[in-house]
Amino acid sequence: MDHLISTLAQILALCRKEILAIVKDPANRVILIGPALIQTMLFGYAATFDLKHVPYAVFDQSHSAASTELLARLDGTGIFEREATLTSTAQIAGVIEGGSALMAVTIPADFATRLADGRQAPVQVIFDGRNSTTAGAAAGYVNSVVTGYNRAREGLPPITVVRRAWFNPNLDSRWQILPAMIATLSMLQTMLLAALSVAREREQGTFDQLLVTPLTPLQILIGKAVPSVLVGIMQSTIVLLITLFWFQIPMTGSPWLLYLGLAGFTGASVGIGMSISALALNMQQAMLYTFLLIMPLTLLSGLVTPIRNMPEVLQILTHANPLRFGVDLVRRVYLEGAGLSDIAFDFLPLFVVASITMPLSAWLFRNRLA
Amino acid sequence: MSDTPPSVVIEGLSKRFDGPDGKPFEAIGGISLSIRPGTLTAFVGPDGAGKTTLMRMMAGLLRPDGGRLQVLGIDLSVDPQEVQNRISYMPQRFGLYEDLSVQENLDLYADLHGVAADVRKERFARLLAMTDLARFTGRPAGKLSGGMKQKLGLACTLVRVPDLLLLDEPSVGVDPLSRRDLWEIIDQIIAAEGLSVIVSTAYMDEAEHCGHVFVLNQGKLLAEGSPAELRDRAKGLTHVVTPEPGVPARDLQARMIDAPDLVADAVPSGGQVRFICQPGCDTAALKSLLHGCDCQPRKEELEDAFMLLLHQNKGSEEGGAASPPPLASEAPVTEINGNGDGPVIAVRDLVRRFGDFTAVANTSFEVKRGEIFGLLGPNGAGKTTTFRMLCGLLPATSGELQVAGVNLRKARAAARARIGYVAQKFSLYSNLSVYENLDFFGGAYGLRGKARQDRVNEIIRQFDLDPDAQSGNLPLGYKQRLAMAAGLLHEPEILFLDEPTSGIDPLARRAFWRTITALSQAGVTVVVTTHFMEEAEYCDRIAIQDAGRLLALGTPREVRERSGITEGNMNEAFIAIVEQARAAGTNGREAA
Amino acid sequence: MSGAAFKIRLAALVRKEARQMLRDRANLLVGLLLPVVLILLFGYGLSFDVKNAPVALVMDSNSAAAREAVSGIGGSRYLVPVRVGSMAQAETLMRAGKVDAIVRVPIDFAEQQARGHAQIQLILNGIDSTTATTLEAYIGGALGTVALRRIDRGTGGADGAGGVSVVQRTWFNEAGISAWYLVPGLVALIMTLVGAFLTSLLIAREWERGTLEALFVTPVRPLELVLAKVAPYLVIGLIDLVMCIVAARILFEVPIRGSLLAILLSSMAYLIVSLLLGLFISGVTRNQFAASQMALLTSFMPAMMLSGFVFDLRNVPLAVKVVSQIVPATHFMGVIKSLFLAGTDWGMVLRGCAIMMGYSLVLLALTWRTVRKKLD
Repeated sequence: MDHLISTLAQILALCRKEILAIVKDPANRVILIGPALIQTMLFGYAATFDLKHVPYAVFDQSHSAASTELLARLDGTGIFEREATLTSTAQIAGVIEGGSALMAVTIPADFATRLADGRQAPVQVIFDGRNSTTAGAAAGYVNSVVTGYNRAREGLPPITVVRRAWFNPNLDSRWQILPAMIATLSMLQTMLLAALSVAREREQGTFDQLLVTPLTPLQILIGKAVPSVLVGIMQSTIVLLITLFWFQIPMTGSPWLLYLGLAGFTGASVGIGMSISALALNMQQAMLYTFLLIMPLTLLSGLVTPIRNMPEVLQILTHANPLRFGVDLVRRVYLEGAGLSDIAFDFLPLFVVASITMPLSAWLFRNRLA
Repeated sequence: MSDTPPSVVIEGLSKRFDGPDGKPFEAIGGISLSIRPGTLTAFVGPDGAGKTTLMRMMAGLLRPDGGRLQVLGIDLSVDPQEVQNRISYMPQRFGLYEDLSVQENLDLYADLHGVAADVRKERFARLLAMTDLARFTGRPAGKLSGGMKQKLGLACTLVRVPDLLLLDEPSVGVDPLSRRDLWEIIDQIIAAEGLSVIVSTAYMDEAEHCGHVFVLNQGKLLAEGSPAELRDRAKGLTHVVTPEPGVPARDLQARMIDAPDLVADAVPSGGQVRFICQPGCDTAALKSLLHGCDCQPRKEELEDAFMLLLHQNKGSEEGGAASPPPLASEAPVTEINGNGDGPVIAVRDLVRRFGDFTAVANTSFEVKRGEIFGLLGPNGAGKTTTFRMLCGLLPATSGELQVAGVNLRKARAAARARIGYVAQKFSLYSNLSVYENLDFFGGAYGLRGKARQDRVNEIIRQFDLDPDAQSGNLPLGYKQRLAMAAGLLHEPEILFLDEPTSGIDPLARRAFWRTITALSQAGVTVVVTTHFMEEAEYCDRIAIQDAGRLLALGTPREVRERSGITEGNMNEAFIAIVEQARAAGTNGREAA
Repeated sequence: MSGAAFKIRLAALVRKEARQMLRDRANLLVGLLLPVVLILLFGYGLSFDVKNAPVALVMDSNSAAAREAVSGIGGSRYLVPVRVGSMAQAETLMRAGKVDAIVRVPIDFAEQQARGHAQIQLILNGIDSTTATTLEAYIGGALGTVALRRIDRGTGGADGAGGVSVVQRTWFNEAGISAWYLVPGLVALIMTLVGAFLTSLLIAREWERGTLEALFVTPVRPLELVLAKVAPYLVIGLIDLVMCIVAARILFEVPIRGSLLAILLSSMAYLIVSLLLGLFISGVTRNQFAASQMALLTSFMPAMMLSGFVFDLRNVPLAVKVVSQIVPATHFMGVIKSLFLAGTDWGMVLRGCAIMMGYSLVLLALTWRTVRKKLD
C-alpha cells in the first residue's frame, strides 16, 4: 500500500512539473488558448456549406408575364439575388467566368408561346462549376422552384414535402462542424505536446537527469501523458464553451458522457503522440512527424466529407483513426443526445489504439535510449 | 612598427542588456583600450566579465550603446560589413552545420570568403594536415568528437588569411590534447602569416602564452600588460606548502581557502598546496593556519596575479558575482553509515560496443567509500560511455558492474535511488524556478509532503540559492550549484559529476571544489570527469582512459610518476601517458 | 567583381541549403510524401458528392397515387430506396446510420391528393447537414418529376397547360465531381505547406543551433541568406506542382483547360510568397516550435478555410470575406481553379501575379530586416 502511494506521489511530482513547464514556457503558452480560440471562430464563421446567397444573371428573351412570374418565384426564395440583366448570350461567359454570378438563366423568346401551346418550355440555366458543391446545391433550389411553378400552372394539387431534420432542424452546417471541432482542434495540440514532451527533454539534455531518478519508464509515461490529456480536455472545453454560448448550438447529450468520450479520445491521441516522441530524435522531427500524421487523420475522420463516400479500402483504414471515433462520439452525444450504449462501440477502437501506443512508447523510452 | 595603426581602438565603450529581472545591466561599462597589430592578445576574466559581448561587438554583431569602436581603422557603426569582410571570427559555440561533412563545411566558408580555387587547394591541405582531420573529410561534422569539432571550427575561420582573427573561448570543453593541438595551429598560423589574433579564454596558461593580456571583470577593465608585467603583481606572495604526512593536500587546501583574510587562493598540486598570501597578511596567523607545515616560496604565475586581482576587486565591490563558496563550514549531507569498508563501485571487465565499434574495452576498477575518483581522458576516449554505464543510463555489453552494493545489470532502479547525477550541460528545467526544480526532483526521488519541503528548503539554504529565481537565467556558477543541489537532494551515497567545471571560471571552480571536498569529508563517494588536469589533484585516485582502454589508475602522484614526468604539472603527465599509449598501440599494430 | 563574388557566395549557400534539405528525412517526408498522400486522399478519398445514398421508404399508403409519387426515388442515380415496413424500423435504421433519410407517405395520401393538397414527410439526419441538404434537393426533385412525366405522357393538367423544364448546364465541371475543384485547390494548399510550413523552421533552426553567428561574420549579405533558403524549396515546390498536374490529369482526369505556362507562372508566384512568409515568421520568432505554430495559424489554416478551397466564400459573413481578401491564398485559389477548369484568362492571371509580386516584395523587405546580421 505504501509502495503504491509512493509510486503515485512520484507520478504526481512529474505531472506537476510537466504542467508547470507547459504553462511557463512562453512558446507553449502561445498554443494553449490562442489557436483553439481563433480556429473555433474561423470554423464557426467560415466553414459553411449553406448556400445563402446565389447571385445570378438573367437573359430574358421572352419578356412575357410567364417569364416574369418564374423569375419572381426565383427572387421570392430569398436565396437568389439578381446580379445582372443581360442583353445577349455573349455576355453570359463574362459574368460566369468573372465570378460575379453563380448562374445564368436564359429564357428563350418562345417561352410563353410554348407554355400556352401546352408544350415543354425549356429554360437554360448555366452554373459555375468551379465549386461543384455550391453549383449542385443551387441547381437543387432552381429545380424545386421550377417544380412548384409547374404544379401551380397546372392547377395540380401540390405535393408538399414536409421536412424534418433530426438533430439539426435548420440543417445548418455550423452544427455539423463545430461540435466535431471539440475533438478535432484539441487533437493537434495534444498530440504535439505529447510528441514534444520527450523530444524536448532529450534535446535539452534533461532526459538523462530524469532517467537517473528511480522513476520507471511506466511512471515517466503516465507522468507525461496525464498533463497532455488534461491540456487536451481543457482545449476541448474552450471549444465547447464557444460552441454553446457564442454560437448557441444547443447540446442535447450528457456532459459527463461527452467528457468520458473526450478522455478516451484524448488518451488515444496522446498515445500516438508519445510514440512519435519516443521515435523522434529531436523536436523538429517530432513536430514534422506529428504534422505528417495529423493531416490524413483529419481528412479521413468524416469531419468534412462523409466516411461513406470514401473508397472501401480507406473506409477500413479509418478504423485505426482515433479522430473518426472522436468526431462521431462528440457529434452523437452533442447533437443526438446519444447514451452510453449508443456509442459504446466508439470506445473500443480508441481503447485499442491507446493500449497499443502507450506500452509501445514506454518500451521505446527504455530501449531506444538505453 | 610603432607607427602602424592599432588594429582595434575602443573608447568609452558600453553595452547594456535587459537582465532576467527586467532591469537593464551593464555588460560592458565604459572600456577604453587599444590593441596593437601583429600580436596575440588575450581577454581573460570570470563569467559575466563581458568577454563574449566585447568580442561580438568587435565582430559587428552587437551595437554598442555608447562609446566608439574602431576595428582595422574602420568605424563599426558606419560599415560593419567591411569589417566582417576582413576579419575572421570563431564564436564560442562555433556553428558548424552538423549535417554537412567536414569538407562541405570548409568549402562553404571558403566560397563565402571568396577563396580562389588554386589557393584553396593548398590551404585546405595545410589546414587538414594541421587539424589532423584529413582522414575524416567525408564525415558529417555532427559525428566528430568535441575536440575535432573545435578544430574544424578553427579551420573554417582560417580558410583565408584574415586581417584580424577573433577567437572566443576556443578551448572550452576541449581535452588537454586537443587544446594543445589547437594552440599549435594558432601558433603556426601566427608564425607563418603574422596574423593579429585576439582570444578570450578562461585558461591562464593560454593567456600566459599571449603577448598582451587584458583582465576584465563585470564589464570593467581591471588591468592590462604583458604576462610578465601582470605576474609581477603577485611577486613575493606565492608559496607552496607540504601538508603533514597522512593529511590529504585538499584538506589543508580547504582550510586555507576558508581563511580569505590570509590566503587569496590555494590549490592542491602534487601532494602539496600552492597558495597566494594576501598582501601584507599577518604572518603569525598564517603560520598557525598552516600548523607549522613546511612552507616554501615559489615562482609567481599569471594565474596568481589573476586570482589576486579578482580578490582585490571583489573586496572593493560588495556582493560581486563571485560569492563565497557554499557549505564552507557545514557538511551538506548527514554522515552516511557505511556498511563496511568494501568498494562502493566495483567494475570488472566492463565492455560496451556500439555495432562494430568498441567504446569501452575490458575496464576494471574499484572506488572506495568516501573517495574522490577522477575519470580522465581525451574527447572520445570512452569516459562518457563508462560514466553513463555507471549511472545506469546505458546497459553494459558485458562485464560486471556494482554500484552502491547493487548489481546494475539486474536492479538498475534500485541503484538509481542511491546515486546522484550532475550532467555536463546544465540539464535542469530552465523555465522552472529553483524551488520548482528541486521540488520536482525531491518528488521523483520519492520524498513526500513535509519531509520534501523541509529537505528542499534546507538544501536551498545550504547552497545559498534564491528559490524564486528562474533556473535558466542564473549565472553559470549558480546553475552549477543548482545542479549539485538537485543531485544531492536525496542524500545519495555516490555523486556522479560529468565535467562539472567545463566553461566555469577559476573563482567558481575553487568554490565548487570546496563543496566537493566537504562532501567527501562527510562520506559521500564522488566520481568526476574533467578536462582541467589541475583538478585531478583534488582526487584521491584517478583513471586515465583513451580509445576505450584504461591506461593508468592510481593516486595523482602515482600516475604522474608512471608518466615519467615528475617535474611538470598534471597536464603534461596526462599528455605523456596518452601519447605513450598511442605510440605503443601503433607499434603493436605495426608489429602484428 | 562584386557581382561575381555575389554569385559565388549565393551558389555556395544554395548548395549548403540543398544538402541540408536532402539530408533531413523528416523534412523531405513533409515536402514530398505528404503532398502525394494529400493528392491521393483528395482525389480518391474525399468526396462531397452524394451517390447511392440509402433512403428508407415508409409506405403507410399503398395506393397507386402513393406509389407513383415516390417512384422517382427509384429512378434517381443518387438515391437507393430501402423499403421498410414501419416508421419504428426506419428510425432504428437511421439511428444506426444505415439510411440517410426517411421518406414517409401518409396513409391517406390518395385522399389528400384528391382534396388538393398532399403531403409527404421527409426526415433527414442533420448530423451531417451537408449530405442532408443535398439529399433534400435530390429527393424533392425526384418527387417532383412525376408531374413532368405526366405532361410527357400527355396526361397533364386539366387544361393541358405545358410545363417549364430546366435545361441545366454546369460550366467548367459538367459532371459536378468535387474532385475537379478539390485537386486544383490542392495545388494552393501544397504550395502553402511546402512554402510556409517547411521554411518557417529554417532561420529559426539556425538561431537555435547557433550557426548564424559565424555565418554573419563573413562577407555574406542578408539578401543572399534569404535567397539561398528560398531556392531549394522552390525546387521542391516545382516537383510538387508537377505531381499535382500529372495526378490531376492522369489519375483523376481533371481537365487542364488553361495554359501550362500560366499555371506554372502563377504557382511560382504564389510559392514565392509562401516561402517568404515562412522565412519571415522564422526570422521573427527565432524558435522552431513557435515558428511552426505561427506558420500553421497564419498561412495553412487560412489557405484551407478562408481561400475558397472547400468553403465557398459566397457563403461567409462580410467580415470573414474581408479578412479572406488579405490572405494571399485566396487570390491564388481563384486563379488556379480557373486555370484548371475554365481556361486561360490572361487578365486574371496577370492580376493575380501582380498581387503576388506585391506580397513578395513586402515580405522580402521584412525578412531582410530579420537577418540583418545583428544578434541584439
